[in-house]
Amino acid sequence: MSDWWVHPASILILGGLLLRWVPARFKRAYLLLVPLLVFGRILGLTHGTFGQVQFLEWTLVFGRVDALSTVFGYIMSLMCLLGTLYGLHVRDDGQHLAAWTYVGGSLGAIYAGDLLTLFLFWELMALSSVFLIWCRRRPESLGAGFRYLLVHTAGGVALLAGIVLHGQATGGDLTFGAFDVKAPTLATYLIMTGFILNAAVPPLHAWLPDAYGEATFNGSVFLCAFTTKTAVYALCRGFAGMEILVPLGVIMALYGVVYAVLENDCRRLLAYHIISQVGYMVAGVGLGTELAINGACAHAFAHILYKGLLFMGCGAVLHMTGQSKFTELGGLYQKMPWTFLFTLLGGLSISAFPLFSGFVSKSMIVAAGFEEHKLWAGFLLMLASVGTFLHTGLKVPYFIWFGKNHCRPETWARAAEPPWNMNAAMAVASILCVFIGCYTPYLYQMLPYPVDYHPYTAYHVSETLQVLLFTAVGFFLLICKLEPEPTISLDMDWFYRMGGRAFRWLARQPVQLLDTCVGELYRVAGMVPLMRSARLAGRFDQSVIDGLVDGLAHSIRGLGQRLRAVQRGHVQQSLAVALGVAALFILLFLLFSSDPR
Amino acid sequence: MRLLRWIEFLRNRLRTVVWVCLVVLGLLVVVDALPGLVDKEHHAHTAPERWPAFWAVFGFVGCVALIVLSKWFGHAGIMQREDYYDE
Repeated sequence: MSDWWVHPASILILGGLLLRWVPARFKRAYLLLVPLLVFGRILGLTHGTFGQVQFLEWTLVFGRVDALSTVFGYIMSLMCLLGTLYGLHVRDDGQHLAAWTYVGGSLGAIYAGDLLTLFLFWELMALSSVFLIWCRRRPESLGAGFRYLLVHTAGGVALLAGIVLHGQATGGDLTFGAFDVKAPTLATYLIMTGFILNAAVPPLHAWLPDAYGEATFNGSVFLCAFTTKTAVYALCRGFAGMEILVPLGVIMALYGVVYAVLENDCRRLLAYHIISQVGYMVAGVGLGTELAINGACAHAFAHILYKGLLFMGCGAVLHMTGQSKFTELGGLYQKMPWTFLFTLLGGLSISAFPLFSGFVSKSMIVAAGFEEHKLWAGFLLMLASVGTFLHTGLKVPYFIWFGKNHCRPETWARAAEPPWNMNAAMAVASILCVFIGCYTPYLYQMLPYPVDYHPYTAYHVSETLQVLLFTAVGFFLLICKLEPEPTISLDMDWFYRMGGRAFRWLARQPVQLLDTCVGELYRVAGMVPLMRSARLAGRFDQSVIDGLVDGLAHSIRGLGQRLRAVQRGHVQQSLAVALGVAALFILLFLLFSSDPR
Repeated sequence: MRLLRWIEFLRNRLRTVVWVCLVVLGLLVVVDALPGLVDKEHHAHTAPERWPAFWAVFGFVGCVALIVLSKWFGHAGIMQREDYYDE
């Protein structure tokens, strides 16, 4: 290490690892202390390049602190504090550890000065965040988590392939800076694919509503902030001015809005609105002007707060009632009025109402579109704002807290205001949303380029109020058409969910059939003749070889038997008899052959 | 529970609330049409934006179009029963 530099992510990850040894009575204080330390550390960072480590032939840079990374680092650590406060009462150390590691991954990616370090933290984010889904411990969560992981692994592979090709083209220089967007190579496109998958650009977006709708009530508060906005940061850094991102961003903005009309689950609806809102940022990156990049950063900043607030509101409903579907909710203003108020404030912020945060950030991107004479982009983004207010500002609050009461008796009995810490987190987020909307220098002074933009002109206020309030007219006139329906909407995840099923069918049916055929062929053509020849060899062995050997042994035994019959008594006895007989013969011979003379 | 009382207060006077909203909408359109108040010359990018109440019509028509087209799209096979992915 070239110098001693404490990485903000290391405080979080180490703090998370030590969590299980913290005594229960200090746990809440500790849970707040660690994100506060990280936030303090980020406030204390000075611009420059720190934490350089030599690894093989590359220099890894863990701490590139500049205007762009500072604004993202600031809001990420602030959101970590709010998210932790929101889930302060959750007695699941694993979940806190996963959330902090996830934020650590995000901070690591933001401060990374080279592509390898970026990749390392990029993957850390995917690996740790999946536990926020699994921690809900429903059978559905398991599948959703695996799908999330698989999609992000695919994105990670694209990113890594791009990094390798880029390193080859630059002769090993892996500095993470602006890519040549005027003459993009395959490496550039691969890296961009990795980034836009995390930014949930269609058609690579379906993981987002799938996962965020299935995560724990506080896990989604973390999830909604970090993955997509870290990707926006990476796009700002690497792909400012990449033309293709403008149409992609506009498509995103509208795509999310269309699916939000159909959605019955409030958290999935909010997830589709992340896609829509990140669409503005992606379009801003594509425009690439100073105003547009400032707009993308400002909107990411504001978005993290109001989307976090909205997920907190809907998460509180889920936590307190056990339900998140509009067809299971309604009329809750009597039970959860404060949650309603906070969610409404989040809804007004995302809808870019004057005096709320979205108004001062979103309009920068739309203005940049108009200034760049991309009128179609400007008008379509305005249309997406209509949809945003329609759903997040009107549909979500109306169908949860007002509208027809679909609550079952047990849901109604359970419903109540959430614990103090959840309310406190929502209150702080609400105050920040209003503060950013009212006092623009707070946000504008943090942006990477000097800001010469004034959102509060009579024309802009009049334009916004007309668009939004007449959207409300449309909503109340067509409210019967918006009545929630107990359905799910098929999205791009259909391809890999059904594709997986098709693969399983393929494995079960044709592949297994082929396997059976090959097995049968092997049996008929291989095993059967082999068995037959073995049987023949066995028979030959038994009858010929064994016969020969057995016959020989049999003959020897027979001969032995016979010899045994011939042979009897002791050898000495036989010898004595033989000698006796021989002596007798000799005596007789001498007797009869002697001369009688 | 003062907040709850406020919500109940407004709900019990829904007619008045609706009338106030309609008046606000009307005022918004009137104000937009006054060149002295809303400077369109310097801010509008296209000719239609200079028309009075252009953005009001844009908001309303956009909202209706989004609802109608999205629901049509949804009912064309995208919206499925909840156990669609169950085996």
